Amino acid sequence: MAALRRLSSPSIPPLRRIVSRSFSSASDDDQSVLTIETSVPFTGHKIDPPSRSVETTPKELLTFFRDMSLMRRMEIAADSLYKAKLIRGFCHLYDGQEAVSIGMEAAITKRDAIITAYRDHCIFLGRGGTLLEAFAELMGRRAGCSKGKGGSMHFYRKETHFYGGHGIVGAQVPLGCGIAFGQKYCKDETVTFTMYGDGAANQGQLFEALNMSALWDLPVILVCENNHYGMGTAEWRAAKSPAYYKRGDYVPGLKVDGMDVLAVKQACKFAKEHVLKNGPMILEMDTYRYHGHSMSDPGSTYRTRDEISGVRQERDPIERVRKLILSHELSTASELKDIEKEVRKEVDDAIAQAKETPMPDPSELFTNVYVKGLGVEAFGADRKELKSVLP
Amino acid sequence: MAAVLQAAALLMGSQTDIKKFRLRSALRSAPVRREGFFIVRTDGRLSATSGVMPRRAKLIPNAVAVKADTTASSAASKPGHELLLFEALREGLEEEMERDPRVCVMGEDVGHYGGSYKVTKGFATKFGDLRVLDTPIAENSFTGMGIGAAMTGLRPVIEGMNMGFLLLAFNQISNNCGMLHYTSGGQFTIPVVIRGPGGVGRQLGAEHSQRLESYFQSIPGLQMVACSTPYNAKGLMKAAIRSENPVVLFEHVLLYNLKERIPDEDYVLCLEEAEMVRPGEHVTILTYSRMRYHVMQAAKTLINKGYDPEVIDIRSLKPFDLYTIGNSIKKTHRVLIVEECMRTGGIGASLRSAIIDNFWDYLDAPIMCLSSQDVPTPYAGTLEEWTVVQPAQIVAAVEQLCK
Repeated sequence: MAALRRLSSPSIPPLRRIVSRSFSSASDDDQSVLTIETSVPFTGHKIDPPSRSVETTPKELLTFFRDMSLMRRMEIAADSLYKAKLIRGFCHLYDGQEAVSIGMEAAITKRDAIITAYRDHCIFLGRGGTLLEAFAELMGRRAGCSKGKGGSMHFYRKETHFYGGHGIVGAQVPLGCGIAFGQKYCKDETVTFTMYGDGAANQGQLFEALNMSALWDLPVILVCENNHYGMGTAEWRAAKSPAYYKRGDYVPGLKVDGMDVLAVKQACKFAKEHVLKNGPMILEMDTYRYHGHSMSDPGSTYRTRDEISGVRQERDPIERVRKLILSHELSTASELKDIEKEVRKEVDDAIAQAKETPMPDPSELFTNVYVKGLGVEAFGADRKELKSVLP
Repeated sequence: MAAVLQAAALLMGSQTDIKKFRLRSALRSAPVRREGFFIVRTDGRLSATSGVMPRRAKLIPNAVAVKADTTASSAASKPGHELLLFEALREGLEEEMERDPRVCVMGEDVGHYGGSYKVTKGFATKFGDLRVLDTPIAENSFTGMGIGAAMTGLRPVIEGMNMGFLLLAFNQISNNCGMLHYTSGGQFTIPVVIRGPGGVGRQLGAEHSQRLESYFQSIPGLQMVACSTPYNAKGLMKAAIRSENPVVLFEHVLLYNLKERIPDEDYVLCLEEAEMVRPGEHVTILTYSRMRYHVMQAAKTLINKGYDPEVIDIRSLKPFDLYTIGNSIKKTHRVLIVEECMRTGGIGASLRSAIIDNFWDYLDAPIMCLSSQDVPTPYAGTLEEWTVVQPAQIVAAVEQLCK
């Protein structure tokens, strides 16, 4: 345990002041642009890292605060619903990692694609999904984003190019590269963010997919959300080199403070521009999950409570934005509290609504197994009746 | 040659049967030997030529069928052109790629090399490297990529150089290909075709002589078809590409050089339909892929012995065409299944249970199922021969069934 502590603690940087050192204007006018320096510099692999100065606006910071609080609240509520047995099965919570989703969304458009693994509730929300769809899906209701057939690990939102939650660790990475292949094929000028964890980083298919993406210059960004534990195995116990941004070898990589929403935004913007011209890139987001791996994991057998509370105090993504807002006097502490109250109410309302929605109809059991292909309906070997719609 | 003459004599001998009888099998043990094959059109002519019809975009379902009252006879009487099975696959694929820019091919050596069985020969120059993508040897990931591309709306045809290699991609095929449509509540469709040669070849050793139909059959959301003639190879290839569902198209490594005359006009077969190969009265023989030829070989002997077997190529391995199968059973009341799949948990086992569930009351005898043996396919030629079902076994089984 001592060894674990010793080896895992360096990944948590010491407390740094996140207060900005410079900003162009201090007014709370929404149009004003703030320039804020990220607390930790980016580390590049075979690439010059982007600047630490990130441009933002007061409005954007407040949106970040609100959206991240909403995600946090949703995950806490999911935790309670799980304990109340309204959510069953597997359930992986995202609290602590919100900055990755929010920062990423701030840098890209909804035409760009995202695909992730099973920790997908907040990514779904970030892609424009509603709380009701999320909670209804978690409770297996008809109104869920996958009609109650997917569950916690299978959220999708086709219209905003969210290609889903996937349950098999690492198997979504080749899919992500395939989505990027589709984008290149159709000359969409869009990119795919393929997310995986530090655990999945050891999957062979990741390297296979990376090779192919690099070979064909696919516009794919492999986002390694390094929360330092693959389930209960610390990164250094599973990876000879836990510097995941370097593990692409020939593929450039960037290490990013995944607890800093502005750093994530900067990195994703940088990566999008880079991959459209040059092919794939790896972003390693140094982040942390407060909950255990899933609901069955108390999250305290393989790491200390001190470690968790240390991250909460020093690196929490929401607190970081709160401090930033307060130090720039963009809003008052009580106004932020009000936002949090609003968010809480929004979540509670969505839950109440989701509880009201019906369970899937029994007939739904057999729908969506197959798509009726070709539009041909044929009847037996001597089919005299035939309806056909050629595509 | 004697066999050919015999068959011709048989055809001439019974005029009523000529309309129905469409013998395509080699009447000896080696179905790949070209000289063993001849084509008899449904109207009895050996190679019909009556004016050239322009290729029309017309859907001719069941055009291979034997019944005169369907669209089949009109299609089959067209002049057509003669080609080998792999060329038929190539033609189908090429037509679909010309028709729909979303169709693309990916796999090992499909591009510059031309495909290990020449199914994509010349495509790279015609369609470009992006549409005919030479992938590294990484089945798991290129299959995954194909599925990802399909999620965006492309229609990739994924070629497994050998069905056995697709085991490396089993996770992608099962978890993503088969289930994504369902888990996404219908949001995404995966219109991919996974195709490749399988089955027991000529002394290729265990790993390259796999009978994997049984592995794939319990994956929900996946459709499986097995082609057996150039005609149905082309029609099924085109149907599989146009299908919104993921389709596994099984080709048999020993059938690539089968020759047949196929119609000139555009046709697409129904993926869920069985093919009546030979109508008969005494016993229903259900088979698919290469075993169709072993069955037809046995059928010849059986006919000489006075039996009248009905031979059905089930073609759709999932779901089964229980309509055609059921109608046949209601007529013959006896069923023999002949397959190359593994005995345990194979297609035959599933078929047998489906028949018992649905047509128990019509059966006069226990269903017999001849499958290949539950052993890794041996290298030695004799051992390999004993692994798969031989025509003599089929004859014996029918004799026992009809006792």
